[in-house]
Amino acid sequence: MLGGVIEFRIDRHSGVSTYLQIAAQVKQAMRMGLLGPGDKLPTAREVVEATRVNPNTVLKAYRELEHEGLVEGRRGMGTFVTASLATDAAKADAPLRQDLEQWMDRAVDEGLSGDEVDAIYTDVRGTHY
Amino acid sequence: MNAGPVRAEHVAKHFGRTKALDGCSFSLPEGSVTGLVGPNGAGKSTLLSLIAGLAKPTSGEITVHGTAVRGRMHPDVALLTQKRPLYDQFTVREMMRAGAAMNDRWSDERANEVLDLLAGVDEDAKVGTLSAGARTQVAIAVALGRLPKVLLLDEPLSDLDPLARDETLRIVMTEVAERGTTVLLSSHLLTDLGDVCDHLLLLDEGRVQVSGDIEEILDEHHVVVGPAELELGVDGVVDSSRTARQATALVRGGTVPEGFQAARPDLEALVMGYLRASRTRRLARR
Repeated sequence: MLGGVIEFRIDRHSGVSTYLQIAAQVKQAMRMGLLGPGDKLPTAREVVEATRVNPNTVLKAYRELEHEGLVEGRRGMGTFVTASLATDAAKADAPLRQDLEQWMDRAVDEGLSGDEVDAIYTDVRGTHY
Repeated sequence: MNAGPVRAEHVAKHFGRTKALDGCSFSLPEGSVTGLVGPNGAGKSTLLSLIAGLAKPTSGEITVHGTAVRGRMHPDVALLTQKRPLYDQFTVREMMRAGAAMNDRWSDERANEVLDLLAGVDEDAKVGTLSAGARTQVAIAVALGRLPKVLLLDEPLSDLDPLARDETLRIVMTEVAERGTTVLLSSHLLTDLGDVCDHLLLLDEGRVQVSGDIEEILDEHHVVVGPAELELGVDGVVDSSRTARQATALVRGGTVPEGFQAARPDLEALVMGYLRASRTRRLARR
Protein backbone atom coordinates (compact mmCIF):
# COMPACT_ATOMS: atom_id res chain seq x y z
CA MET A 1 0.00 0.00 0.00
CA LEU A 2 1.02 3.61 -0.68
CA GLY A 3 3.55 2.34 -3.18
CA GLY A 4 5.50 1.08 -0.18
CA VAL A 5 6.98 4.53 0.44
CA ILE A 6 5.41 6.07 3.49
CA GLU A 7 2.19 5.70 5.42
CA PHE A 8 0.59 8.58 7.30
CA ARG A 9 -0.55 8.20 10.89
CA ILE A 10 -3.28 10.65 11.80
CA ASP A 11 -3.71 11.45 15.48
CA ARG A 12 -7.34 12.56 15.71
CA HIS A 13 -7.05 13.83 19.25
CA SER A 14 -3.84 15.83 19.02
CA GLY A 15 -5.59 19.12 18.23
CA VAL A 16 -3.14 19.59 15.32
CA SER A 17 -4.82 20.06 11.93
CA THR A 18 -4.74 16.91 9.83
CA TYR A 19 -3.10 18.68 6.89
CA LEU A 20 -0.27 19.93 9.14
CA GLN A 21 0.26 16.41 10.47
CA ILE A 22 0.58 15.06 6.93
CA ALA A 23 2.98 17.84 5.89
CA ALA A 24 5.07 17.30 9.02
CA GLN A 25 5.28 13.56 8.39
CA VAL A 26 6.47 14.08 4.82
CA LYS A 27 9.18 16.45 6.05
CA GLN A 28 10.17 14.06 8.80
CA ALA A 29 10.51 11.25 6.23
CA MET A 30 12.61 13.58 4.06
CA ARG A 31 14.92 14.46 6.95
CA MET A 32 15.38 10.81 7.77
CA GLY A 33 16.28 10.17 4.14
CA LEU A 34 13.26 7.89 3.63
CA LEU A 35 12.03 10.24 0.91
CA GLY A 36 14.35 11.94 -1.55
CA PRO A 37 14.24 13.84 -4.85
CA GLY A 38 12.24 11.96 -7.49
CA ASP A 39 10.16 9.95 -5.03
CA LYS A 40 6.42 10.03 -5.56
CA LEU A 41 4.13 10.84 -2.66
CA PRO A 42 1.07 8.62 -2.19
CA THR A 43 -1.96 9.81 -4.19
CA ALA A 44 -4.93 11.27 -2.33
CA ARG A 45 -6.89 8.14 -3.24
CA GLU A 46 -4.24 5.92 -1.65
CA VAL A 47 -4.18 7.99 1.51
CA VAL A 48 -7.98 7.91 1.75
CA GLU A 49 -7.90 4.14 1.47
CA ALA A 50 -5.39 3.84 4.27
CA THR A 51 -6.55 6.54 6.67
CA ARG A 52 -10.10 7.67 5.73
CA VAL A 53 -9.11 11.36 5.70
CA ASN A 54 -10.65 13.86 3.35
CA PRO A 55 -8.70 13.83 0.04
CA ASN A 56 -8.88 17.64 -0.07
CA THR A 57 -6.93 17.67 3.19
CA VAL A 58 -4.19 15.54 1.65
CA LEU A 59 -4.01 17.88 -1.37
CA LYS A 60 -3.89 20.88 0.97
CA ALA A 61 -0.89 19.36 2.77
CA TYR A 62 0.83 18.75 -0.59
CA ARG A 63 0.15 22.35 -1.68
CA GLU A 64 1.70 23.54 1.57
CA LEU A 65 4.82 21.47 0.83
CA GLU A 66 4.85 22.81 -2.72
CA HIS A 67 4.82 26.37 -1.34
CA GLU A 68 7.87 25.50 0.70
CA GLY A 69 9.58 24.27 -2.45
CA LEU A 70 9.88 20.69 -1.26
CA VAL A 71 7.61 18.89 -3.70
CA GLU A 72 6.09 19.47 -7.11
CA GLY A 73 2.71 18.43 -8.46
CA ARG A 74 2.83 17.17 -12.03
CA ARG A 75 -0.48 17.14 -13.86
CA GLY A 76 -1.93 13.67 -14.15
CA MET A 77 1.24 12.12 -12.75
CA GLY A 78 1.18 12.82 -9.03
CA THR A 79 3.24 14.77 -6.53
CA PHE A 80 6.99 14.30 -6.46
CA VAL A 81 9.69 15.20 -3.98
CA THR A 82 12.06 17.77 -5.50
CA ALA A 83 14.32 18.68 -2.59
CA SER A 84 16.48 16.88 -0.11
CA LEU A 85 16.25 17.48 3.60
CA ALA A 86 18.33 14.48 4.55
CA THR A 87 21.39 15.33 6.53
CA ASP A 88 24.17 12.88 7.31
CA ALA A 89 23.56 13.70 10.97
CA ALA A 90 20.21 11.90 10.86
CA LYS A 91 21.62 8.63 9.52
CA ALA A 92 21.83 5.61 11.79
CA ASP A 93 25.65 5.53 11.92
CA ALA A 94 26.21 9.29 12.36
CA PRO A 95 28.30 10.19 15.44
CA LEU A 96 25.80 12.68 16.88
CA ARG A 97 23.02 10.18 16.59
CA GLN A 98 25.12 7.50 18.23
CA ASP A 99 25.84 9.86 21.15
CA LEU A 100 22.11 10.33 21.57
CA GLU A 101 21.51 6.59 21.36
CA GLN A 102 24.02 6.09 24.21
CA TRP A 103 22.41 8.84 26.26
CA MET A 104 18.98 7.31 25.69
CA ASP A 105 20.30 3.87 26.77
CA ARG A 106 21.44 5.46 30.03
CA ALA A 107 18.05 7.11 30.53
CA VAL A 108 16.36 3.73 30.10
CA ASP A 109 18.84 2.10 32.51
CA GLU A 110 18.12 4.77 35.11
CA GLY A 111 14.39 4.12 34.73
CA LEU A 112 13.32 7.46 33.20
CA SER A 113 9.94 7.58 31.53
CA GLY A 114 9.40 8.79 27.96
CA ASP A 115 7.71 11.94 29.29
CA GLU A 116 10.72 12.72 31.51
CA VAL A 117 13.08 12.21 28.58
CA ASP A 118 10.94 14.54 26.44
CA ALA A 119 10.95 17.16 29.21
CA ILE A 120 14.77 17.07 29.48
CA TYR A 121 15.17 17.19 25.71
CA THR A 122 12.77 20.12 25.32
CA ASP A 123 14.43 22.00 28.14
CA VAL A 124 17.98 21.53 26.84
CA ARG A 125 16.94 22.25 23.26
CA GLY A 126 15.31 25.48 24.47
CA THR A 127 18.52 26.75 26.03
CA HIS A 128 20.48 26.21 22.79
CA TYR A 129 18.04 27.08 20.01
CA MET B 1 -21.93 34.37 -12.56
CA ASN B 2 -23.63 31.72 -10.44
CA ALA B 3 -20.40 29.87 -9.99
CA GLY B 4 -20.12 27.01 -7.54
CA PRO B 5 -21.94 23.70 -7.54
CA VAL B 6 -24.46 24.76 -4.87
CA ARG B 7 -25.56 28.29 -4.21
CA ALA B 8 -28.41 29.55 -2.03
CA GLU B 9 -29.63 33.13 -2.14
CA HIS B 10 -32.00 34.46 0.53
CA VAL B 11 -33.71 31.10 0.74
CA ALA B 12 -36.72 30.87 3.05
CA LYS B 13 -39.06 27.97 3.69
CA HIS B 14 -42.15 28.51 5.79
CA PHE B 15 -44.51 25.82 7.00
CA GLY B 16 -47.58 27.83 7.99
CA ARG B 17 -46.26 30.28 10.58
CA THR B 18 -43.11 28.27 11.26
CA LYS B 19 -40.03 29.57 9.52
CA ALA B 20 -37.94 26.44 8.95
CA LEU B 21 -35.46 28.48 6.93
CA ASP B 22 -35.18 32.24 6.74
CA GLY B 23 -32.80 34.32 4.65
CA CYS B 24 -30.26 31.54 4.01
CA SER B 25 -27.38 32.51 1.72
CA PHE B 26 -24.21 30.52 1.14
CA SER B 27 -22.28 28.73 -1.57
CA LEU B 28 -20.29 25.52 -1.57
CA PRO B 29 -17.01 25.27 -3.50
CA GLU B 30 -16.64 22.50 -6.08
CA GLY B 31 -15.31 19.26 -4.64
CA SER B 32 -15.63 20.43 -1.05
CA VAL B 33 -16.91 18.31 1.78
CA THR B 34 -19.14 20.42 4.01
CA GLY B 35 -20.40 19.48 7.44
CA LEU B 36 -23.96 20.72 8.02
CA VAL B 37 -24.47 21.18 11.75
CA GLY B 38 -26.97 22.80 14.06
CA PRO B 39 -29.36 21.95 16.88
CA ASN B 40 -32.40 19.75 16.25
CA GLY B 41 -34.97 21.74 14.33
CA ALA B 42 -32.39 24.17 12.91
CA GLY B 43 -33.59 23.46 9.36
CA LYS B 44 -30.90 21.03 8.22
CA SER B 45 -33.17 18.40 6.68
CA THR B 46 -35.37 21.09 5.13
CA LEU B 47 -32.33 22.67 3.50
CA LEU B 48 -31.15 19.33 2.09
CA SER B 49 -34.56 18.54 0.58
CA LEU B 50 -34.70 22.01 -1.00
CA ILE B 51 -31.27 21.55 -2.62
CA ALA B 52 -32.33 18.11 -3.88
CA GLY B 53 -35.48 19.64 -5.39
CA LEU B 54 -37.91 17.60 -3.27
CA ALA B 55 -39.54 20.79 -2.00
CA LYS B 56 -39.77 24.39 -3.21
CA PRO B 57 -38.49 27.34 -1.22
CA THR B 58 -41.12 29.88 -0.12
CA SER B 59 -38.81 32.58 -1.45
CA GLY B 60 -35.23 32.89 -2.66
CA GLU B 61 -33.37 30.64 -5.08
CA ILE B 62 -31.08 27.64 -5.01
CA THR B 63 -28.89 26.90 -8.01
CA VAL B 64 -26.89 23.74 -8.71
CA HIS B 65 -24.09 24.15 -11.23
CA GLY B 66 -25.73 27.30 -12.49
CA THR B 67 -29.25 25.97 -13.06
CA ALA B 68 -32.06 26.79 -10.69
CA VAL B 69 -33.61 23.98 -8.65
CA ARG B 70 -37.36 24.19 -9.23
CA GLY B 71 -39.09 21.72 -7.01
CA ARG B 72 -38.19 18.53 -8.85
CA MET B 73 -35.25 16.19 -8.36
CA HIS B 74 -32.20 17.84 -9.89
CA PRO B 75 -30.35 15.36 -12.17
CA ASP B 76 -26.93 16.28 -10.77
CA VAL B 77 -27.95 15.83 -7.14
CA ALA B 78 -28.33 12.67 -5.07
CA LEU B 79 -29.85 12.76 -1.60
CA LEU B 80 -29.60 10.10 1.06
CA THR B 81 -32.40 10.87 3.50
CA GLN B 82 -32.47 9.87 7.13
CA LYS B 83 -35.07 7.18 6.42
CA ARG B 84 -32.92 5.44 3.75
CA PRO B 85 -35.91 4.75 1.51
CA LEU B 86 -35.33 1.23 0.22
CA TYR B 87 -37.73 -1.59 -0.62
CA ASP B 88 -37.33 -4.16 2.16
CA GLN B 89 -38.89 -6.98 0.11
CA PHE B 90 -36.41 -6.52 -2.75
CA THR B 91 -33.09 -8.29 -2.93
CA VAL B 92 -30.06 -6.02 -3.23
CA ARG B 93 -29.84 -6.95 -6.92
CA GLU B 94 -33.50 -6.02 -7.49
CA MET B 95 -32.98 -2.78 -5.60
CA MET B 96 -30.19 -1.86 -8.02
CA ARG B 97 -32.44 -2.70 -10.99
CA ALA B 98 -35.07 -0.40 -9.50
CA GLY B 99 -32.43 2.31 -9.20
CA ALA B 100 -31.58 1.86 -12.88
CA ALA B 101 -35.28 2.04 -13.88
CA MET B 102 -36.00 5.15 -11.82
CA ASN B 103 -33.09 7.25 -13.02
CA ASP B 104 -32.35 8.63 -16.48
CA ARG B 105 -28.67 8.59 -15.80
CA TRP B 106 -27.51 5.43 -14.09
CA SER B 107 -24.27 3.47 -13.91
CA ASP B 108 -24.53 -0.22 -12.94
CA GLU B 109 -20.78 -0.30 -12.84
CA ARG B 110 -20.56 2.51 -10.27
CA ALA B 111 -23.35 1.09 -8.09
CA ASN B 112 -21.74 -2.35 -8.07
CA GLU B 113 -18.36 -0.86 -7.29
CA VAL B 114 -19.83 0.69 -4.14
CA LEU B 115 -21.50 -2.59 -3.16
CA ASP B 116 -18.21 -4.46 -3.60
CA LEU B 117 -16.26 -2.04 -1.42
CA LEU B 118 -15.18 -3.13 2.05
CA ALA B 119 -16.69 -6.46 3.11
CA GLY B 120 -19.09 -6.36 0.16
CA VAL B 121 -22.87 -6.81 0.29
CA ASP B 122 -24.61 -10.09 -0.58
CA GLU B 123 -26.66 -9.17 -3.65
CA ASP B 124 -29.15 -12.00 -3.16
CA ALA B 125 -30.05 -10.93 0.39
CA LYS B 126 -33.38 -9.18 0.99
CA VAL B 127 -32.84 -5.52 1.80
CA GLY B 128 -34.99 -5.89 4.94
CA THR B 129 -32.59 -8.46 6.41
CA LEU B 130 -29.43 -6.33 6.11
CA SER B 131 -27.55 -4.80 9.03
CA ALA B 132 -27.81 -1.03 9.48
CA GLY B 133 -24.31 -0.64 8.03
CA ALA B 134 -25.01 -2.76 4.93
CA ARG B 135 -28.35 -0.98 4.46
CA THR B 136 -26.56 2.38 4.44
CA GLN B 137 -24.05 0.98 1.95
CA VAL B 138 -26.91 -0.09 -0.37
CA ALA B 139 -28.57 3.32 -0.03
CA ILE B 140 -25.27 5.03 -0.88
CA ALA B 141 -24.82 2.68 -3.86
CA VAL B 142 -28.26 3.78 -5.16
CA ALA B 143 -27.27 7.42 -4.61
CA LEU B 144 -23.87 7.11 -6.32
CA GLY B 145 -25.27 5.02 -9.19
CA ARG B 146 -26.88 8.29 -10.34
CA LEU B 147 -23.34 9.64 -10.89
CA PRO B 148 -24.19 12.82 -8.98
CA LYS B 149 -22.06 15.93 -8.98
CA VAL B 150 -23.54 16.91 -5.64
CA LEU B 151 -24.10 14.34 -2.90
CA LEU B 152 -26.35 15.24 0.02
CA LEU B 153 -26.29 13.00 3.09
CA ASP B 154 -28.76 13.50 5.94
CA GLU B 155 -27.37 11.98 9.15
CA PRO B 156 -25.61 9.16 7.26
CA LEU B 157 -23.91 7.93 10.42
CA SER B 158 -26.81 7.69 12.85
CA ASP B 159 -27.66 4.11 13.93
CA LEU B 160 -24.26 2.87 12.77
CA ASP B 161 -21.68 1.14 14.95
CA PRO B 162 -18.13 2.60 14.90
CA LEU B 163 -16.88 0.19 12.24
CA ALA B 164 -19.83 0.83 9.91
CA ARG B 165 -19.40 4.58 10.49
CA ASP B 166 -15.75 4.37 9.52
CA GLU B 167 -16.63 2.34 6.42
CA THR B 168 -19.42 4.68 5.36
CA LEU B 169 -17.12 7.69 5.59
CA ARG B 170 -14.46 5.76 3.66
CA ILE B 171 -16.91 5.16 0.79
CA VAL B 172 -17.81 8.86 0.71
CA MET B 173 -14.18 10.02 0.88
CA THR B 174 -13.23 7.61 -1.93
CA GLU B 175 -16.03 9.09 -4.06
CA VAL B 176 -14.61 12.58 -3.45
CA ALA B 177 -11.07 11.43 -4.33
CA GLU B 178 -12.14 9.67 -7.51
CA ARG B 179 -14.86 11.91 -8.91
CA GLY B 180 -14.40 15.25 -7.18
CA THR B 181 -18.02 15.15 -6.00
CA THR B 182 -19.23 18.04 -3.85
CA VAL B 183 -20.61 16.69 -0.57
CA LEU B 184 -22.90 18.23 2.03
CA LEU B 185 -23.53 16.03 5.04
CA SER B 186 -25.42 16.67 8.23
CA SER B 187 -24.32 14.97 11.42
CA HIS B 188 -24.33 15.31 15.17
CA LEU B 189 -21.10 13.33 15.45
CA LEU B 190 -18.60 16.15 15.61
CA THR B 191 -15.49 14.06 16.08
CA ASP B 192 -16.31 12.07 12.94
CA LEU B 193 -16.90 15.27 11.01
CA GLY B 194 -13.59 16.79 12.04
CA ASP B 195 -11.36 14.80 9.74
CA VAL B 196 -13.73 14.34 6.80
CA CYS B 197 -15.02 17.87 6.32
CA ASP B 198 -13.09 20.83 4.96
CA HIS B 199 -16.02 23.27 5.11
CA LEU B 200 -18.66 24.02 7.68
CA LEU B 201 -22.25 25.26 7.40
CA LEU B 202 -23.73 26.00 10.80
CA LEU B 203 -27.49 26.59 10.90
CA ASP B 204 -29.51 27.85 13.81
CA GLU B 205 -33.21 28.70 13.80
CA GLY B 206 -33.29 28.64 10.03
CA ARG B 207 -30.37 31.01 9.56
CA VAL B 208 -26.75 30.55 8.56
CA GLN B 209 -24.55 31.34 11.56
CA VAL B 210 -21.18 30.30 10.19
CA SER B 211 -20.17 29.19 6.71
CA GLY B 212 -16.80 28.61 5.09
CA ASP B 213 -13.43 26.84 5.17
CA ILE B 214 -13.02 25.11 8.54
CA GLU B 215 -9.36 26.12 9.02
CA GLU B 216 -10.22 29.76 8.30
CA ILE B 217 -13.22 29.65 10.63
CA LEU B 218 -11.11 28.19 13.44
CA ASP B 219 -8.45 30.85 12.80
CA GLU B 220 -10.96 33.65 13.34
CA HIS B 221 -12.21 32.28 16.66
CA HIS B 222 -10.54 32.16 20.07
CA VAL B 223 -11.28 30.26 23.22
CA VAL B 224 -10.33 32.69 26.00
CA VAL B 225 -9.83 31.82 29.65
CA GLY B 226 -9.31 34.29 32.49
CA PRO B 227 -10.06 35.06 36.13
CA ALA B 228 -13.79 35.28 36.96
CA GLU B 229 -13.70 38.87 38.18
CA LEU B 230 -12.59 40.23 34.79
CA GLU B 231 -15.19 41.44 32.30
CA LEU B 232 -14.88 40.20 28.72
CA GLY B 233 -15.64 43.65 27.31
CA VAL B 234 -15.15 42.73 23.63
CA ASP B 235 -17.49 42.28 20.67
CA GLY B 236 -18.06 38.92 19.08
CA VAL B 237 -18.62 36.82 22.20
CA VAL B 238 -20.45 33.72 20.95
CA ASP B 239 -20.82 31.91 24.23
CA SER B 240 -19.40 32.33 27.73
CA SER B 241 -19.48 30.53 31.03
CA ARG B 242 -18.24 31.32 34.53
CA THR B 243 -17.23 29.31 37.54
CA ALA B 244 -16.37 30.83 40.93
CA ARG B 245 -12.82 31.48 39.75
CA GLN B 246 -12.71 31.27 35.99
CA ALA B 247 -14.40 32.82 32.98
CA THR B 248 -14.31 30.97 29.63
CA ALA B 249 -15.64 32.25 26.34
CA LEU B 250 -15.73 31.53 22.63
CA VAL B 251 -14.99 34.78 20.80
CA ARG B 252 -15.28 35.52 17.09
CA GLY B 253 -12.87 38.10 15.70
CA GLY B 254 -9.32 39.12 16.43
CA THR B 255 -9.59 40.86 19.79
CA VAL B 256 -8.56 38.98 22.91
CA PRO B 257 -9.96 40.61 26.07
CA GLU B 258 -7.32 41.99 28.41
CA GLY B 259 -6.06 39.64 31.08
CA PHE B 260 -7.31 36.57 29.20
CA GLN B 261 -5.34 33.75 27.61
CA ALA B 262 -6.39 32.77 24.13
CA ALA B 263 -6.18 29.51 22.21
CA ARG B 264 -7.48 28.35 18.85
CA PRO B 265 -10.58 26.19 19.28
CA ASP B 266 -10.93 22.80 17.65
CA LEU B 267 -14.01 22.08 15.54
CA GLU B 268 -15.83 20.36 18.36
CA ALA B 269 -15.30 23.23 20.81
CA LEU B 270 -16.40 25.75 18.19
CA VAL B 271 -19.62 23.97 17.26
CA MET B 272 -20.42 23.23 20.92
CA GLY B 273 -20.02 26.93 21.70
CA TYR B 274 -22.55 27.89 19.04
CA LEU B 275 -24.98 25.12 20.07
CA ARG B 276 -24.84 26.19 23.73
CA ALA B 277 -25.42 29.82 22.77
CA SER B 278 -28.42 28.78 20.68
CA ARG B 279 -29.95 26.88 23.58
CA THR B 280 -29.38 29.82 25.93
CA ARG B 281 -31.16 32.15 23.48
CA ARG B 282 -34.13 29.83 23.13
CA LEU B 283 -34.44 29.37 26.89
CA ALA B 284 -34.34 33.14 27.41
CA ARG B 285 -37.38 33.57 25.16
CA ARG B 286 -39.58 31.13 27.04
